[in-house]
Amino acid sequence: MQNLANQILKQDIRAIARSISLIENETDISQKEALIDTLHPHCGNAIVWGITGPPGAGKSSLLDRFIEHLRQSNKKVAVIAVDPSSPFSGGAILGDRLRMQKHATDDGVFIRSMASRGHLGGVAGATADAIKVFDAAGFDYVIIETIGVGQTEIEVMELSDIVLLVLVPGLGDEIQAMKAGVMEIGDIFIINKKDLDGADRLKSEIEYVLSLKDSMESASNHSICMTSATQNDGIGDALAQIHSYFSSLHDDGRLAQKRKERIEKELKHIATTKIMASANRFLNIDQRLNDWVEEVFQKKASPYKLLNKKIGEFLQELNWQ
Amino acid sequence: MTKKIRILIAKPGLDGHDRGAKYVARALKDAGYEVIYTGIRQTPDAIVKTAIQEDVDFIGLSLLSGAHNELFPKVVDLLKLKNADDIIIFGGGVIPESDIPGLKEKGIRAVFTPGTPIKDIIAYIESAK
Ligand code: B12
Ligand SMILES: Nc1nc2c(ncn2[C@@H]2O[C@H](COP(=O)(O)OP(=O)(O)O)[C@@H](O)[C@H]2O)c(=O)[nH]1
Ligand SMILES: [Mg+2]
Repeated sequence: MQNLANQILKQDIRAIARSISLIENETDISQKEALIDTLHPHCGNAIVWGITGPPGAGKSSLLDRFIEHLRQSNKKVAVIAVDPSSPFSGGAILGDRLRMQKHATDDGVFIRSMASRGHLGGVAGATADAIKVFDAAGFDYVIIETIGVGQTEIEVMELSDIVLLVLVPGLGDEIQAMKAGVMEIGDIFIINKKDLDGADRLKSEIEYVLSLKDSMESASNHSICMTSATQNDGIGDALAQIHSYFSSLHDDGRLAQKRKERIEKELKHIATTKIMASANRFLNIDQRLNDWVEEVFQKKASPYKLLNKKIGEFLQELNWQ
Repeated sequence: MTKKIRILIAKPGLDGHDRGAKYVARALKDAGYEVIYTGIRQTPDAIVKTAIQEDVDFIGLSLLSGAHNELFPKVVDLLKLKNADDIIIFGGGVIPESDIPGLKEKGIRAVFTPGTPIKDIIAYIESAK
């Protein structure tokens, strides 16, 4: 493990790639945990962007352009591009990197496609730890492309320093529906496909929605930029706004605050999954479930009473009660 | 959790025939594999670097233009050069029967020509993984 970690710190491409598979496959949990713990002291230097928005909005195409610019200033960039796994076969087509393939031979760019593998929230279960691997390996930017965005796909907010929400003209009523939840998660709003009709109208709609929101919370003031990824238009301006937003986060302490919140969520998550796992093991749920179903079905037991008793036994075992 | 098989489907060279590659990619997804598709016009270098970053188990090359004898072995050689020849390379497309033994000798482990049923391709992957 020490060895794999050392190779990652030396930016060994294969070691980075394999450790992400180790994280994704969860075939050896203790090895994964040891790896993340070893990397932890080396994390915290990368700037993490999330890019989200409806499928087809141009997220991958924009990233392609952003990478181009970031490389011009010699920054190393890692991308984690998440696509959905089929709920039927468990398979996936991971096609985001198709739009970024001109960077495939650039050693300063690492693109990793990731299937959601049933994880809800718009990213994969492995995304958070994969960010750490890239961070420790010395990438200046780690950018997460989500599978898309709807009411529940907002986990990217918990993983990134800045969320770029990409919208496009022609979504019609969708923008209405998105006002409620999703608009909340964007730090920077990017209206892509400005070469198409309706981009200006969309901009005023978003400005209107944001003005309603901003009048309630005075702290926020959002920037909106307009781009055309295919025509390479507005990219530099969008990046300037992103960089200046990041600086303000950094300077006024919100960045540290965000990152602490991220750690808080992470710790809570680890705690719940671990407690769940050991409770499951103690209660032997998988094996005993059939018996319990039978008891409850035949009214020999009632659900809450049954489980309160079993969980009580579990907690006693742990000396928690 | 168990390990997922990851497969890169790639089209080297200038060949624009992408129907077969897309068809195979989709069918392999439906068979439960994670398929990375990078589109047409990939250099052998881009294919190899992509395969390593994506930590794939297989690279499936697709070529209908006739340049397979030149391009397929290039991918094999580059992969060796990068110490990544544990990744299995196979391929398909319009490839004359008479070229197949030569390709296999150069390290292309299996070749599938037009009309191949997808179940043969899956059977191959399952036997080789
Ligand atoms: C449709 C077609 C086109 C379409 C392509 C559309 C597209 N986006 O794909 C169009 C009209 C654009 C086209 C153009 C040309 N074509 Co054309 N085209 C065909 C045709 C009729 C069918 C190909 C096809 O789509 N088949 C259906 C798919 C599903 O089958 P497949 O690709 O073979 O895939 C199967 C297997 O091969 C295998 N497979 C394929 N890839 C992979 C990968 C892996 C990993 C695995 C496991 C399996 C596998 O599995 C699949 C399922 O069984 C073939 C003739 C033929 N019968 O093959 C000619 C053919 C391929 N074309 C040919 C030529 C010459 C051209 C042009 C140069 C013509 C010209 N002079 O302009 C151009 C070049 C275009 C370019 N940029 O490269 C020649 C190639 C000659 C050669 N190899 O020596 C062919 C063979 C026709 C011929 N007999 O002359 N073409
Ligand atoms: N007209 C126009 N099309 C674009 C623009 N950006 C991306 N596209 C196209 O929109 C489609 C989806 O782009 P993609 O980057 O894959 O979107 P994603 O699903 O959000 O990652 C592709 O066909 C792109 O070529 C743009 O600025 N203008
Ligand atoms: Mg995309």
